[in-house]
Amino acid sequence: MSTLAITPDLIAQHQLTEPEYRKIVDILGRAPNYTELGVFSVMWSEHCSYKSSRLHLKKLPTRGKAVVQGPGENAGIVDIGGGYVIAFKIESHNHPSFIEPFQGAATGVGGILRDIFTMGARPIAVLDSLRFGPLDDAANGPRNRRILQGVVAGIAHYGNCFGVPTVGGECIFEPCYNGNPLVNVFALGVAKKEDIFYASAAGVGNPVIYVGAKTGRDGIHGASMASAEFTEESKQKRPNVQVGDPFLEKLLLEACLEAMQTGAIVAIQDMGAAGLTCSTCEMGSRGGTGIEIELDRVPQRETGMTPYEIMLSESQERMLLVAAKGREDEVFRVFRKWGLDAVTIGTVTGDGLLRVKQHARTVAEIPNRELADEAPLYDRPHIAPPARPLATPAARPVVDPAAALTKLLASSDICSKRYIWEQYDHMVRTNTIAGPGADAAVVRIKESGVSVAMSLDGNSRYCYLSPREGAQLAVAECCRNLATVGAQPVAATNCLNFGNPERPEIMGQLVEAIEGMSDACRFFETPITGGNVSLYNETLGDGIWPTPVIGIVGLLRTATPVTRNFKTAGQPVILLGGLGDCDEVRFGGTEYAKVVLNELWGLPPALDMDYEKRVHDAMREIVAAGLAESAHDVSDGGLAVAAAECCMGGVGAALHFESDLSPEILLFHEGPSRILVSTESPDEVIRIAASHGVAAPRIGITMNDGLGIGNRGATLISVTIDSLRENYEGSLEKQLRS
Amino acid sequence: MKFGVIVFPGSNCDHDAWFAVNHNLGHQAEFIWHDSATLGDIDAVILPGGFAYGDYLRCGAIAKFSPVMAAVRRFAADGGLVLGICNGFQILVEAGLLPGALMRNRNLKFICREVRLRTGTLDSPFTSAASSGQVLRLPIAHGEGCYVADERTLDELEAEDRVAFRYLDNPNGSMRDIAGILNARRNVMGLMPHPERATEPLMGSSDGLVIFRSMVEAMVMAAPLQI
Repeated sequence: MSTLAITPDLIAQHQLTEPEYRKIVDILGRAPNYTELGVFSVMWSEHCSYKSSRLHLKKLPTRGKAVVQGPGENAGIVDIGGGYVIAFKIESHNHPSFIEPFQGAATGVGGILRDIFTMGARPIAVLDSLRFGPLDDAANGPRNRRILQGVVAGIAHYGNCFGVPTVGGECIFEPCYNGNPLVNVFALGVAKKEDIFYASAAGVGNPVIYVGAKTGRDGIHGASMASAEFTEESKQKRPNVQVGDPFLEKLLLEACLEAMQTGAIVAIQDMGAAGLTCSTCEMGSRGGTGIEIELDRVPQRETGMTPYEIMLSESQERMLLVAAKGREDEVFRVFRKWGLDAVTIGTVTGDGLLRVKQHARTVAEIPNRELADEAPLYDRPHIAPPARPLATPAARPVVDPAAALTKLLASSDICSKRYIWEQYDHMVRTNTIAGPGADAAVVRIKESGVSVAMSLDGNSRYCYLSPREGAQLAVAECCRNLATVGAQPVAATNCLNFGNPERPEIMGQLVEAIEGMSDACRFFETPITGGNVSLYNETLGDGIWPTPVIGIVGLLRTATPVTRNFKTAGQPVILLGGLGDCDEVRFGGTEYAKVVLNELWGLPPALDMDYEKRVHDAMREIVAAGLAESAHDVSDGGLAVAAAECCMGGVGAALHFESDLSPEILLFHEGPSRILVSTESPDEVIRIAASHGVAAPRIGITMNDGLGIGNRGATLISVTIDSLRENYEGSLEKQLRS
Repeated sequence: MKFGVIVFPGSNCDHDAWFAVNHNLGHQAEFIWHDSATLGDIDAVILPGGFAYGDYLRCGAIAKFSPVMAAVRRFAADGGLVLGICNGFQILVEAGLLPGALMRNRNLKFICREVRLRTGTLDSPFTSAASSGQVLRLPIAHGEGCYVADERTLDELEAEDRVAFRYLDNPNGSMRDIAGILNARRNVMGLMPHPERATEPLMGSSDGLVIFRSMVEAMVMAAPLQI
């Protein structure tokens, strides 16, 4: 056994508290050695154990009639009919992406892809939710621009080479992300129902096989790094960020799927955070078995690696699998074909222990279940988030609506993200029928005649004002995005990005957001089948705004999709859901307040979930009846921005209202439950809306000559499509060049 | 007609080519693993897109040493039709079956978008079904698609009517807007855009079918008459 003395200093360096250390001693019945201390420290890190959030995550709904696998596996699984299932999950790679944007983001993609194909599903879509500091920030602008470019290039590098289309996502900018960008990656795969694989080690005597890349010293303590705040010293943690090899991952994908077909694989898990440690003890714990491995047999890239280093390495592109005894050769043959290392490193045992040997001597011996599933659980103190000022901070300047629209369209939050998504291969596999820029991405399942719609949403401005309402609004918007393309939501995954949970006000945000998300997911019948919590998103004591991101998947029949742009002139335009209402208090979280007024106050837009759901039902019926020529959800920037976005295909519209709302509220409020629809059959659309109790005012007609919006006879906006496009299309690239 | 789709480690448009031929063209396609010494009983070869061998060193630089490439060379020498798409084009260039080279895109970034191409010649088994100067809408998805060659080679390609397709809005800096070229014997074509990604309305364009249909017609014409 390792002889390094276990001092209080060493324990603290491993981010273990004194009570946590005592628990380790209790479990082992003795003091841990250095290797065991390291193993416990990664498994009990916030990143791996969810020790601060687990108690509250239990509030989330996780069951539904289509849910085959909920939280607790590598990914959630949902039945899509016809004998097929989808596996999907979202995960964060925030901390590594700040330290090394390109590799941090690339390995974020690699990690989530492995989670999907570990389940036996072939990845068919990736979406990304990104948050950066402002590109024009006085102090941090150059760094923010460099981080964005690195992150985007990293995602492109990994996804493009691996051969999975990156079909959508979102990208938002706020100063709170200056020192803490967020990179949340969602992936989805498809499998035959009978081909699902689980990570549960069974069968005493079965061989434990290591496949894929060799183990190096990279990424040691990555999981612990992701569980602490950033300080000046964090920059020295660059070696903690792993380097990805998408080519190797592609080989690993093909080899794993092919090996699974042999029938010789009993269980399989990828080596992600906490590497060999996590994959061994979690597989053993799930199966109620022990696992014994000999480190001498682990393929190693470097010489002289200690047990501590081998167990904690986060080298990428590795998998651990349990095969049926006597059938190892069938597995080895497949991996040899793909030119990959595959080595038996141990066996499944009956004693429930993770026993690690090196040179035939035991160097660690820990009960799997206690290590994997009995991490400390904290009910951290939390206080309700402070109320924000309800009134407009100052007298609002009068801004010409056309000038405001121009400013909003060119703003980094709203402008076209073409610069980003053109770097992603969003078409490979030829399943993408609605790609980046659409309200929801739609990918067909060639085998079954069904398509999957996906959307990611999160609004940290809303969540800053009210974490509970903000989280509900994110779920509502996500479901609305799916409805806009005609899809029925079936399940969800979430990524909860917050600051330091040891601060009661941050913990309060987390609790409120989880409860809000929980209510909304229950209401919209989108159970959470898995996800990720990323805490300690703080740099030098400055936390990010609460940023819960929700990813929802829905189903629809495969057909030519309904898309955003107006198609032909002379089509009536209907505002499904109606004008909505908004007062001063609810106007303070809008993009108008942010971009035009440079202010933030009040509360997020008011949400009536029941009404919202009826709007979705109406929209789906309109799409199913083939009545929508175009459809676009009203969200960031409000009605005027939504209408302008519908014009980007070259066909504009003349819209007219009879409203008592002030011009800026009418045009730019972000009240939910609204979708802009152009249709040849307005009466039919209005009839369907009425049958759901949904307002559907006819607000104008599409035309060739630009966008005009008026209220009670007064012209508010009259602009050419060229000027709309100029502001919307080239803006991001311009900001990156400046 | 039977198309063979070569699978290199790292090919990732192999399934797409297979699907386009089997489902949207209505002909047969089968995969050929890269270490095969022979191609088997096929009428045409497709080198698909992707990142063969990770595109390490240089795109296509390692793939050209795969055992199957010797069989592809023989097949081409015997007059068989060889189509290289994207990474397949890069491999054909590295293997010396087509002239020139493919460099980083002018903007140094990967670009995925639909582009418009003008058909440069109808005098080839890959373009004969097109109409003169026909404009095709096909997607591109590459980081290294900037076609370069020395002046003499470019002049020769043009003089011999071997430029199969040109970009209308050159996305990557390719010399003389070249998107696809033929070998001197006109039975090997490489192009950066992806015809297999444009073979049914759901993909947004069916214009890629004209290339596959041309190949089928040429193979039917060349097949021995069966009485």
